[in-house]
Amino acid sequence: MTARPLAVLLPPRPEPTAPRLLAQTWLLAALVLALCAGTAWAQAVAQQTGRPGALAIMLRWAPLITSGFLLNVMVSVLAMALGTLLGLPLGLSLIARTRPLRLLGWGMTQFFRNVPWLVLLFYIMFLLPFELHLGGLVLPVPAWFKAVIGLALPVSANVAEIVRGGMQSIPEPQWSAADSLAFTRWQTISRIILPQALRRMLPPWMNLYAILTMATTLISVIGIQDGLTLTRAAIAAESRPELMVPMYIFLLLLFFAYCYPIARLTLALERRVQVRI
Amino acid sequence: MAHELGSPVVVVRDVEKRFGNYTVLREVSLTVRRGETVCIIGPSGSGKSTLLRCINGLVPISSGSITVGGREVADAKLDVRALRRDVGIVFQQYNLFPHRTALDNVMMAPVIVLHQNPAEVRARAEALLAKVGLADKMASYPGELSGGQQQRVAIARSLAMNPKVMLFDEVTAALDPETKKEVLITIQALAAEGMTCILVTHEMGFARRVADHVYFTDGGVIVEHGTPEAIFSAPTQARTRDFLDKIL
Repeated sequence: MTARPLAVLLPPRPEPTAPRLLAQTWLLAALVLALCAGTAWAQAVAQQTGRPGALAIMLRWAPLITSGFLLNVMVSVLAMALGTLLGLPLGLSLIARTRPLRLLGWGMTQFFRNVPWLVLLFYIMFLLPFELHLGGLVLPVPAWFKAVIGLALPVSANVAEIVRGGMQSIPEPQWSAADSLAFTRWQTISRIILPQALRRMLPPWMNLYAILTMATTLISVIGIQDGLTLTRAAIAAESRPELMVPMYIFLLLLFFAYCYPIARLTLALERRVQVRI
Repeated sequence: MAHELGSPVVVVRDVEKRFGNYTVLREVSLTVRRGETVCIIGPSGSGKSTLLRCINGLVPISSGSITVGGREVADAKLDVRALRRDVGIVFQQYNLFPHRTALDNVMMAPVIVLHQNPAEVRARAEALLAKVGLADKMASYPGELSGGQQQRVAIARSLAMNPKVMLFDEVTAALDPETKKEVLITIQALAAEGMTCILVTHEMGFARRVADHVYFTDGGVIVEHGTPEAIFSAPTQARTRDFLDKIL
């Protein structure tokens, strides 16, 4: 057989993202502008009253607030990792052929998807002991560790839904083809369905991660020294109300700088998935 | 095609298949012997594809009996995976695994399902792809291949399991006339080598040329069957004549 040019059916080009990009750039610009304006205003107030400059104070607190923010990042990474680890089998249980397993998975997924994250956090805080006794060994259970578990639960339920949706988006004939080649169900899932579904699952998974990262500020409510707690502490220590605006905007910008690239990458991946399949 | 015809490989007896109140197959009986090529023709919706899917256990039958190599398909204790190792099926829409190359598509089942030595499977898969005329496409992904090329990969993929019988479910229906021919040549070569083949097809010229036996189905029943010569030149039933008049 001679090679002949292949007929390639191009998918419709995705909508140009320029307007969206523009909007996001404006948002970023507005935030930076607000930070500058807030700092300038605070600076002006400082000059009138003869107290130390707002800029100097901002610079003094920035490392501490950033270190708090890094705790948020660490908690988000760990909660996402644990949530994914739990969510994958939970998602598989949603399409299990044994009814009790399916029902159990369904119940857990529905429960953890439909309760407030903050209430779950409180619950886990009080449910878990503050130290573990293993024989003679006493292991402290730090609060951030409990927060990781508390956040991993709703994450796992959301990951489970992403897994289920991803697997069900693979056309049925793929199952028939694997069946007719005598693949077991597990071989079909692990070799045929999941590898194809992973590509489709990645964008919503990353989207979930960005949401989780922003939600980690909830842990400040249960007394963890995260970015938000430390920002509030800094404001309280200075007891200067005009500093509130620049301080909070500084924290917001840290989150924005971290989450925005994830959102952009998610968008780019989504586009690639559309083209590849 | 004149071969020595062997013992029966597939025996379908009084099979009935209902979907709810709708009867798709009624009192269907047919026998396919080793090395035989059987074509099933008939209007769309006459239950031809369902019959093929019943033979490899993808669709359970409502009553009757189907045996493949002496194994009863309707048996509740049937090892359905053992059955499917013996029965290859090729679908109208190819259904290749899009995330793996052509070579991987052919190698996967023998390596994963039969636990055969990957190096040996590789050699065999390469030989099979060469045989279907795709020696230069082994590293291509299904999305990079034409319909006819994908269908030939699908045929090689089924053959890699060394099946006792091959089922072809309207495998050229989605192809343009040019690529259709490549696929038909491949199947004809396979039949000539003595592979037992059951084809559901709308290619009357091909059925006439290649089949040892032709079954005409309509409305879920086998209206008549016989040699290609008998069916195409001297059909005895009015329904067969009507159908052939309409399409030829």
